[in-house]
Amino acid sequence: MEPILTVEELSVRIAGLHILQGVSFTVAPTGVTVLLGRNGVGKTTTLRALVGLTPRNGEVRGTAQMGNRALLGQPTHRLVRSGLGYVPEDRCVFAGLTVAENLRLAERRGSTPAYDRVFALFPELDRRSRQRAGSLSGGQQQMLAIGRVLINDNRLLLVDEPTKGLAPKVVTEVAEVLERVAESVPVLLVEQNLAVVRRLAHDAVVLAAGQVAWTGNAQELLAETELTRSLLGVGSAEVHH
Amino acid sequence: MDAVILLTLTGLGLAALYFLVASGLSLVFGLADVLNFAHGLFLGVGAYATWWAAGNLPGAGPDGLGFVVAVAFGVAAGTLMAVLVELVLIRPLYSRTIEQVLVTVGLSLAGVALLQATWGADARPFPRPEWTRQVTTILGAQVPNGGLLLIVAAVLVLGAILAFLQWTRYGLIIRAGVENREMVTALGIDVRKAFTLVFAIGGAAAALAGALGSVYFGTVSPQQGGSLLIFAFIVVVIGGMGSVVGSAYAAVAVGLLQQFVNYYGTSGLGDICVVALLAVVLLLRPQGIAGKVATA
Repeated sequence: MEPILTVEELSVRIAGLHILQGVSFTVAPTGVTVLLGRNGVGKTTTLRALVGLTPRNGEVRGTAQMGNRALLGQPTHRLVRSGLGYVPEDRCVFAGLTVAENLRLAERRGSTPAYDRVFALFPELDRRSRQRAGSLSGGQQQMLAIGRVLINDNRLLLVDEPTKGLAPKVVTEVAEVLERVAESVPVLLVEQNLAVVRRLAHDAVVLAAGQVAWTGNAQELLAETELTRSLLGVGSAEVHH
Repeated sequence: MDAVILLTLTGLGLAALYFLVASGLSLVFGLADVLNFAHGLFLGVGAYATWWAAGNLPGAGPDGLGFVVAVAFGVAAGTLMAVLVELVLIRPLYSRTIEQVLVTVGLSLAGVALLQATWGADARPFPRPEWTRQVTTILGAQVPNGGLLLIVAAVLVLGAILAFLQWTRYGLIIRAGVENREMVTALGIDVRKAFTLVFAIGGAAAALAGALGSVYFGTVSPQQGGSLLIFAFIVVVIGGMGSVVGSAYAAVAVGLLQQFVNYYGTSGLGDICVVALLAVVLLLRPQGIAGKVATA
């Protein structure tokens, strides 16, 4: 099957620092592809470059194709309208707006918002529609951040560390939701929690020092303790928690 | 007692003028991170366009419906000026703060020079309805009608802006954009249209301040935009960048403080107290009364 996303020789330089240097990988048209690596290797920078959010003092080179569409150099709002959904690190819900307003903001003229889909996944959002997003728990905010993107149809979702800072029970809930989401839309996931990776990911791309250090089957990677330790700095024991 | 009522109402009139200028400044900074030093020019354009229309535009005049037409013309001119400034000068410079400051300061200076070159540096009498020259007795105090007109206009503008922000699609985009502009674009929204819109709203409110402020003072001069802008910036900082309601509270605080201290203390002491208030707010609550908290 043709990949939904093909990234070739992606390089990002911000304020003179080479964050990414010639990164190439593909994302399968189904399921979850996970982008792994130690802190600071450029995972978030990769997602932000793909969705056009590299800072103005940054420079992006290379190519990224989503189907027939070239991504790099395009304004963010056009990329998102073309079906590239983005759930940022730290959720970034609009704290001063209500849950309903956060969702309404994502609606687009000319397309019917899929509230049924969102509320089927997150019934809590329906019940809390009048509550200010800033007063939601971390897990609820993460649900809102994902639900906001699912209001529209997407061809590919970029999801950045959705379980960061969440309680173990909530991490499980978020993983369950992403598992269900990935049944209908491919996901490129940045995730540090290897238990979540084990549960969700089929393919893995590992970054190290701004370059691709390893690509292949995620389960095979996690099965090899030494490889996991050398690439990610953690052992298999941590994978299972 | 009469003096207190008079000072309160004239202070509120001054607050109304500050609010009309500051509300647009606050929205523009809150959403687009633009410190617009040319905002006073929109006020000047509104004032001079109203003044010109009252004497030259068919259907417009210094009284009755003709005066309404003249003010509407002034507001339209200020709005158009603001939109042009955003589209032509500011849009290519988003996220380039130093260049923005240089361009808007330069535009402000050039605008004042152009008004002076065209109509002279001296203040000119402003055509205004007879009733605005008169006073209304409120609880024994003789309050100038021009000041009351400013208060009514500011309350209406505050209500209109709040209704717009609360109930319209673009209002929702602006409220969200003030919190996190980048995330608004990441939801597929072209936030630049909202930038133009807040410039238009700010330009219209400032132009209205120019027209009604000139009615209140009875004259129009090229420098009045610049002198009001300084206090409008103070109001924006005290109120909180991006908060219209915060600007309203801050405008009332600044207007009343200035008026009472200037009356009961030495003339000019009120201005110093306003700067002292600004310093206290910056020390105790840097985000202002209702502004967003600055993040790294």
